[in-house]
Amino acid sequence: MGQREKLVEVKHLKKHFTMGKRSVLKAVDDVSFDIYKGETFGLVGESGCGKSTTGRTMIRLYDRTAGQVLFNGQDIHQLNAKEQIALTKNVQMVFQDPYASLNPRSTVAEIIAEPMDVHGLYTGKKRKPRIQELLEIVGLNRDHANRFPHEFSGGQRQRIGIARALSVDPDFIIADEPISALDVSVQAQVVNLMKQLQEERGLTYLFIAHDLSMVKHISDRIGVMYLGNIVELTSSASLYQKPLHPYTQALLSAIPIPDPDIEDKRERIILKGELPSPVNPPSGCVFRTRCPVAMAICASVKPSWTEVDDQHYVACHIFEGQQAKKTKEKIEQL
Amino acid sequence: MVETILEVNDLHVSFPTYGGTVKAVRGVNFTLKKGETLAIVGESGCGKTVTSESIMRLTTGDIVKGAILFNGHDLATLPEKELRKIRGSDISMIFQDPMTSLNPTITIGSQLIEGITQHTHKSKSEAKEVALEMLDLVGIANPSERLKQYPHQFSGGMRQRIMIAMSLVCNPSVLIADEPTTALDVTIQAQILELFKKIQKETGVSIILITHDLGVVAQVADRIAIMYAGKVVEIGNRQEIFYRPQHPYTRGLLRSVPRIDKEEEALIPIPGTPPDLFSPPKGCPFMARCDQAMEVCDHYYPLTSHINDHHKVDCWLQDERAKKVTFATKG
Repeated sequence: MGQREKLVEVKHLKKHFTMGKRSVLKAVDDVSFDIYKGETFGLVGESGCGKSTTGRTMIRLYDRTAGQVLFNGQDIHQLNAKEQIALTKNVQMVFQDPYASLNPRSTVAEIIAEPMDVHGLYTGKKRKPRIQELLEIVGLNRDHANRFPHEFSGGQRQRIGIARALSVDPDFIIADEPISALDVSVQAQVVNLMKQLQEERGLTYLFIAHDLSMVKHISDRIGVMYLGNIVELTSSASLYQKPLHPYTQALLSAIPIPDPDIEDKRERIILKGELPSPVNPPSGCVFRTRCPVAMAICASVKPSWTEVDDQHYVACHIFEGQQAKKTKEKIEQL
Repeated sequence: MVETILEVNDLHVSFPTYGGTVKAVRGVNFTLKKGETLAIVGESGCGKTVTSESIMRLTTGDIVKGAILFNGHDLATLPEKELRKIRGSDISMIFQDPMTSLNPTITIGSQLIEGITQHTHKSKSEAKEVALEMLDLVGIANPSERLKQYPHQFSGGMRQRIMIAMSLVCNPSVLIADEPTTALDVTIQAQILELFKKIQKETGVSIILITHDLGVVAQVADRIAIMYAGKVVEIGNRQEIFYRPQHPYTRGLLRSVPRIDKEEEALIPIPGTPPDLFSPPKGCPFMARCDQAMEVCDHYYPLTSHINDHHKVDCWLQDERAKKVTFATKG
């Protein structure tokens, strides 16, 4: 996996919002991760953990406070206005709310063609066939082109949003909770469509969602966010099989499984209390106020990234100690 | 035999609109037994919320037909005055959105006490005692201080706890919870579901839980009613619905949700969308999306087939006259 080409690199990204009176909301506080070409990177966490802000800052819908976002080696936040527009040819976004993210006064054709028009692609005679092609790609009917968004159901609208994102043949799509507003049976339709498009076109996705079971289903690797920080990052299989961070463990155990026999036998880790305010986050480890295994050190020192297994990173003091022990053992063996 | 506390018979609810009449609930039948949790599951627009609101006659639609039997009364026809005595005391309700269902301009204490003084002869100070007790039961620390606070001073999970406390102050025998955890994060959802279980154990209240989340259902429900296009298409106990679902829609739902405990399996979505309830189909409403549809499904709504004592389904595949088909994933 290490040999694979990096498409996006996020380095120590911070996004702080000033809340008047000199108080600062640290929505994203030092987040780093890489996204490889052709993979789906999932970002999960509960509301207010900064996952959407991370996604939006990555394509400069927000200006960063600090850090870097490299797309193909180029720092997105240092582009000039022209380069910025050119970037959107390669990076597109699918939004959460299919009701609010489509202009109600435009026809489907106008909505889908807008990115193409911006970039001067598929002009003239190519425009109409392209729109029809896109509609068919996302499983809609070519006759739908002249209709308005209100004539479609939520799932169909999300397909229109996907068609719009695909219109300029991007390499990278940021999908911010693309299925949260949809019914379960329709969620599966949209997720399958996204997977199929990825296989056919070699797309790279950043998939932001709060539903860990769906993220696990679609993602190759997952970052778990809590209060502006990524606390654990690993492949989706090992995240479920071997969750290390106490927050990840609690999050996994809180997800109900649609199987009564399993549910009856399960023991849950129920977290006490609620998410602290990101305006005044806890010192040291941000999770310590709800952590069932918090230690004295957690209050004073922010845990650093530890690679516990190959490509399995966690930010927790428990594993820093273990890592130290392992290294020591290794040295002693030598 | 466990006592039946609430019985809904052939309930029809319609909404007259500019564009025609929406037949949101089209003949719903179910019973609620004492001390059990009945989950009503379905997708948006299937009529689950309208059904639950109709039980307390809070719906803005018209109850066209049907009976809702509770303690010897028919709530569908009971005079408004009598109904007010039952609402909030014998049957109470928890709404989906804890942000909008509390009055932002009144303290939590006043909102809690109002319910008690409305329905009992307790004095204000006695009512306050009950309110304190309830806040304590739902796990709100420092209740006497919290009583003086306003809803905006509480987080979403806390507000939902207050809603639950408020619904319990009069010791109801039926609690209707409409998507009580949908607006909450999973870790908070786990806290609230745990609270429901604890309350049911301590007070013996019967719960109707409206939800679309099959995981939540597997965790807390005793019996499950699956709704589709204004009908209960399948009803049975937890084991039956999860391991021996007979309706193609129920099976479709179970297949379309990803399981965190299972390795990569392709999700099988249900194709298409639910029918338009302005003019619901004459036959089975699921027919257009069903891969096992037959000629008869187009013309007649299926008769209810009894699979066993704990399991009923409205599907022609299970009719005596159909070829024997059974589906089971376990046992």
